[in-house]
Amino acid sequence: MTRRGTTTLVAAMLLAASLAGTSMTVHRLDHLRAEAASEEALYLPSPKVLQRMSLGYTGLVADIYWTRAVQYFGTQHHLDSRDYKLLEPLLDIATTLDPHLVVAYEFGSAFLAQKPPEGAGDPEAAVRLVERGVRENPSAWRLYYNLGFIHYFERHDYAAAAAAFEHGSRIPGALPWMKVMAAHMSQHAGDLQTARFLWSSLYQTTENEDIRVNAAKHLRALQVDEEVSLLEKLAAGFHERTGRWPANWAELVTAGNLRGVPLDPTRRPYRLAPGGRVLVQAPEDLPFITQGLAPGKEPSTR
Amino acid sequence: MTARIAHVAYNTFREAVRDRVLYNLIFFALLLVGAALLFGQISIGIQRIVLINLGLSAISVFGVVIAIFIGIGLVSKEMEKKTLYTILSRPVRRWEFIVGKFGGLAWTLVVNTFLMAVGFFTALLSLAHRFERADGWLLVAIYFIILEFIVVTALALLFSTFSSPVLSAVLALALFVIGTFAEDLRAFAAMSYGATRVFATLAAYVVPNFASLNVISSVAHGQPIAASLILYNSVYSLFYAAAALCGAVLVFEYRNLK
Repeated sequence: MTRRGTTTLVAAMLLAASLAGTSMTVHRLDHLRAEAASEEALYLPSPKVLQRMSLGYTGLVADIYWTRAVQYFGTQHHLDSRDYKLLEPLLDIATTLDPHLVVAYEFGSAFLAQKPPEGAGDPEAAVRLVERGVRENPSAWRLYYNLGFIHYFERHDYAAAAAAFEHGSRIPGALPWMKVMAAHMSQHAGDLQTARFLWSSLYQTTENEDIRVNAAKHLRALQVDEEVSLLEKLAAGFHERTGRWPANWAELVTAGNLRGVPLDPTRRPYRLAPGGRVLVQAPEDLPFITQGLAPGKEPSTR
Repeated sequence: MTARIAHVAYNTFREAVRDRVLYNLIFFALLLVGAALLFGQISIGIQRIVLINLGLSAISVFGVVIAIFIGIGLVSKEMEKKTLYTILSRPVRRWEFIVGKFGGLAWTLVVNTFLMAVGFFTALLSLAHRFERADGWLLVAIYFIILEFIVVTALALLFSTFSSPVLSAVLALALFVIGTFAEDLRAFAAMSYGATRVFATLAAYVVPNFASLNVISSVAHGQPIAASLILYNSVYSLFYAAAALCGAVLVFEYRNLK
């Protein structure tokens, strides 16, 4: 072998060995520094400082911070964490750098408002965020919808929710159902029909697939809550008439109260428990339900 | 006179487009525009906004880098290679040489911006499948970016007439950074008193106002740009570039080239 051939061979072998060595070391380093890598930190907490440092490219830095907020929320949610302490500052930075980033107010407020582990469980911070969004974007009627939504579902402040829908309905371009929503809210606040109306309108008008899927889950949960209440009433009626609780659905069918075995939205039959209680078979497949759960069982939020 | 300036400008353009660094920078700018398409996928609801923000910011930043790093060598390189003496020994006056150099680099940047803009609009079309009426404002943002390049080029040329390439780069870059704070500097001047106020006001008027030329964030949201802003930005940039160019001509006119 020539001298050049020997050099090439040795160099190639050393190259392969070094590459293998670095991959093994990196793997080990990743293992050693796993905690450090997952540790979240807000290196620059001040939106004003970031605004200066962005050299005028504030829109781009805002996009980066919004993406950081999304990734942070997604990671904490995936880990079932109840700690979302960086969420509000990240959203604050993103919206200060770009006050017209409407999507950050819309989704950010939902992330903040929902109860843990679904969200940060801080509806007050969510309201503050959306109210700032409304001030910065007075023509964005949809932000009033978000505000009304938070007041209704998370704060149970029906008057504030009605006011938010009413304000939003007056903005040019707002869809007509905002006015209907405001009227409905002041008359039937707190009932299932209003909740269904809210989720249906969101399902029908959103352009985002994730929101549509989430709205569909809530609509299914409302259906279950309504059906379970109705079935329990039928069982109670049977008890009143016969002095005993029905042992199965067939007895209610025979009595003419039902046409057949009732099915939940997942096409599984409802379970009739002793004492006339009605339960769903797979609560993990029916997130957000508040009825039909076995005693002590928490509703799923996924 | 015009023919001589045009010849200098044409040769400056030819020399600039032969520079490999130029192509590397354009390539990276286009790469960033392409990356914006992927960036939007790890976020929510900002695919289009991030493409516009990242795309236009990349065009702006890379263009400024090209303007500075080619602009600072325009005079010094000619002196280093002794080609300046050949040019000036012909019937070419010093000011014609400076104006021609400026024109050549400005034209190079316009052509670069056009190429990067084509890449940017192609990426936008592949994302949105059609253009909207509000996309017309993106052209205004690109026009402002070109005005920014013209000012930066004039400044880089000014510095290159009296200092080394490294120092010229530092000065031009520093002035670009300070120029992005021009509005803050004016606000600071308005709040201060006495000598500080005089100094801050003077500084606020001397440094280029790059803040008003950056409308990327607004156009990303489809917000219209006022016609008066387009007019005043155009006039301001041309005046500022002309002032820097006159400064460069004056310095170069009296510089001892021996």
